[in-house]
Amino acid sequence: MSDRHGTIRFCVNGENRAVQVPPMRRLLDVLREDLHLTGTKEGCGEGECGSCSVRMNGELVNSCLVPVLQTEGADIQTVEGLAISGALHPLQHAFLDCGGAQCGICTPGMLMAATQLLSINPRPNMAEIREGLAGNLCRCTGFKRIFDSVIAAAAVSQDHSTEQAAHAR
Amino acid sequence: MSTSAKNRIGQTRIVGAPVLRKEGVDKLLGRARYVDDIQREGMWPGATVRSTIPRGFIKSIGFDRRINWTEFTVVTAADIPGKNHVQLIHADQPCLADGMVNHCDEAIVLLAHPDKHKLRDAVAAVHIEYEPLPAVFTIEESERQETIVWGSDNLLKSFLLEKGDVDSTWAHAARIVEGEYRTGAQEHLYIENNGMIAEWNDESGVTVWGSLQCPYYVHKSLLAVFDLPEDKVRVIQTETGGAFGGKEDYPSTLAAHAALLAMKSGHAIKMVYDRMEDLAATTKRHPSRVRHRTAVDQEGKLLAMDIEVDTDGGAYSTLSSTVLSRATLHSPGPYVCPNVRVRSHAWATNTVPYGAFRGFGAPQAIFAIERHMDEIAAAIGLNPIELRRRNFLHDGDTTATEQVMRDPVILDKLLDRALSESDYYAKRALFARENPHSAVKRGMGVAAFFHGSGFTGSGERYLNSLAGLDVTPAGKVRVLAANTEFGQGTNTILAQVAAEAIGLDYDDVVMAPADTNIVPNSGPTVASRTSMVVGRLIERAGRQLVAMLREHAELDEHFTSGEFFAACERYRAAQGEVVSLCRYEAPPNIFWDDQKYRGEAYPAFAWSVQVAQVAVDTVTYSAEVEDFWSVQEVGRVLNPILAGGQIEGGIAQGIGYALYEKVVWQNGHMANNQMTNYIMPTAEDVPPIHVFFEEIPFQHGAFGAKGIGELPHDGPAPAILNAIRDATGVGFHAIPLLPEDLFVQLAAREIVAEAAAL
Repeated sequence: MSDRHGTIRFCVNGENRAVQVPPMRRLLDVLREDLHLTGTKEGCGEGECGSCSVRMNGELVNSCLVPVLQTEGADIQTVEGLAISGALHPLQHAFLDCGGAQCGICTPGMLMAATQLLSINPRPNMAEIREGLAGNLCRCTGFKRIFDSVIAAAAVSQDHSTEQAAHAR
Repeated sequence: MSTSAKNRIGQTRIVGAPVLRKEGVDKLLGRARYVDDIQREGMWPGATVRSTIPRGFIKSIGFDRRINWTEFTVVTAADIPGKNHVQLIHADQPCLADGMVNHCDEAIVLLAHPDKHKLRDAVAAVHIEYEPLPAVFTIEESERQETIVWGSDNLLKSFLLEKGDVDSTWAHAARIVEGEYRTGAQEHLYIENNGMIAEWNDESGVTVWGSLQCPYYVHKSLLAVFDLPEDKVRVIQTETGGAFGGKEDYPSTLAAHAALLAMKSGHAIKMVYDRMEDLAATTKRHPSRVRHRTAVDQEGKLLAMDIEVDTDGGAYSTLSSTVLSRATLHSPGPYVCPNVRVRSHAWATNTVPYGAFRGFGAPQAIFAIERHMDEIAAAIGLNPIELRRRNFLHDGDTTATEQVMRDPVILDKLLDRALSESDYYAKRALFARENPHSAVKRGMGVAAFFHGSGFTGSGERYLNSLAGLDVTPAGKVRVLAANTEFGQGTNTILAQVAAEAIGLDYDDVVMAPADTNIVPNSGPTVASRTSMVVGRLIERAGRQLVAMLREHAELDEHFTSGEFFAACERYRAAQGEVVSLCRYEAPPNIFWDDQKYRGEAYPAFAWSVQVAQVAVDTVTYSAEVEDFWSVQEVGRVLNPILAGGQIEGGIAQGIGYALYEKVVWQNGHMANNQMTNYIMPTAEDVPPIHVFFEEIPFQHGAFGAKGIGELPHDGPAPAILNAIRDATGVGFHAIPLLPEDLFVQLAAREIVAEAAAL
């Protein structure tokens, strides 16, 4: 692993950022330690639990498995980028109303997985929801209220995403 | 029930309503601060050097010359200013191993350095030489007492519970049924690993921030390790990402480690375990072996139950005595039997100490009795539903400890509802027709059980909890309790109870931080006691606060929120701080004999009947839970969203316990200490879960609440294995039950059947 720092430029939650870090530093650490975006969590460090899920160029990734050099020029969205001007995203609303968050540690990653799912499939059925969230472990809820949250959000999520995209520009 | 009790638990505005989780918005925005999200000025990471052998003397600790150790802070047992033990029930567990290790992954040396990469290299550069000693790893090895690894006999704790006369019953029995049932270790697998930050100051002493359940347990332990007075230790809980019992006792050890490094280095220290370290080094659920010998009459009535409960406690006693106690008391199940004997033992072995895990011995005990009931039913040719119905406890009956059931027991109603919601009989009939023609065999299984709410016996009296409310100058009522939020909903329900008791809105109430400098000791957040016991203290404190303001601050009979807080300011001006604290009062007529194990084991029980529908694929030998129903009576439901979430989450963990989660041991070390190979149920594995509550308010709980958190974990494993028995005709006696285990027994049976057909 090289210790030599390089400059990585990318866009995080609609904002252009540049960081001077070793190229093999995990995206997770860059987000949490260099950019102080601590909403993204580490659960296992090996891509099994999905707590560190973020969206990168429209795909869901485990940020613990992404060396930051791969993010040059990328568009990254974390949980901090979901709410607009302090107003909860419809998914966040739904998780709150339905009891989709208990201890909250898997929640940021779960929200990103659910955002990803709804972005490619705005009206998922139960099997599709289960598959879409299968990479994100929750030990508290038994998942039922997370599924309920995604279903409840599906109706309004698409409108909000459109609005958010406009906002980001 | 008294008139006042009826008023308390009748019409409510906030209690029973689906109000939103108090800290929910912070969690959803990603701004809730967990321990690893917190930075302190000049903070260094800390790390632990651990034993690589299960038992032996430490001959030497060597430090590799390739490392410049002057850059590091190094702590060993010699640096401990007070007592080198983790203060819990007994003082047998060292904070850092001194001269000897008793399990793999036991902490020996602590290191700190500003660079986490150098720190990792340094951990590998501490060379410990051992003189190995023989170790024991199983209940069987320990109980043979050939190698003594703890005390004089390996016995961490034993109990004898006797009712009637078991031995004179066997001769009159129509049938005697015996069985042995085993459960494995289970990992909590909270998604946030254990973590702690500590600071040392020569004047103010030790402050720790961490992921933990019981601030005052950590406080007590730090007092002993540092030999400090009470006001020189401060414990603050940070947002906690799941616990399930796994952050009941372990944080006391980790807090001491971080604080020792902080004291010696002069820096704030952060120790956050990675997943592999957390899995290898922290507590798990006790493995168990339970043997039943049961006498029944011709109608299937229980005549005698002779039960032996044995648990593997690991290397130190930690919580094994109280886990064994709960296992003992739950081992006869929710049934009436005139003659009961339970002999129970917790054995020491050379593995990481087993600790608290949701259910605390009850899941092990309930697995055994509820599997055994199906074996009894099969042995006497009776339907397992009918066998249970004939033996259920009812109002006025006595349990094995001769506790009289004074409050209503509605097991029949719970069972009826579970059967009708699951369409149990129709499904069994359907599967009986379909199974012979299908490689996938389906079955239905039931488990009926109870779970004692709160500490066992005199435990709540000893705890003597203090909790209450104060009013801030900013115009909020604050809940003052050391009970912590780790997902289960403490913040929300205690705020609901306070708002309801006073007559305010939910938003008028906030939680004081779980900080030992701010909140009184209202006991640990364990044992399904928060809603019932602490909630009741908050309810009383709310009423007391209103009475105080009426007497001293001219608060009217009816008041608005504005009028209430105006009265608080009048009180503050005249009398000082607006505080209302209440201390625990035991319900009347509670008697418990700790010697004979007789009397009121618990102030209240929560009750449940669960039904599992399971499919066993006889080609792949996988078992899948297809559908699950859970009906329970937990007293008053304080918040239907949170209560439902508790039941569903507990069931998912119970499914994992039954079919997925296996701790693999290799010479006393957890070999599969990764999420890659310790498997929990995912979003694709958990079945639809249908949850139904029957509510019978309990007079001495907050607005009628009893315990809820642990109950749902007790039933899934036996319900699932009973369903597999129904599907395949084979009774399995051990969990976890993995496809390879199914294969061994089912394939063997097929081979025998084929041989017989030739």
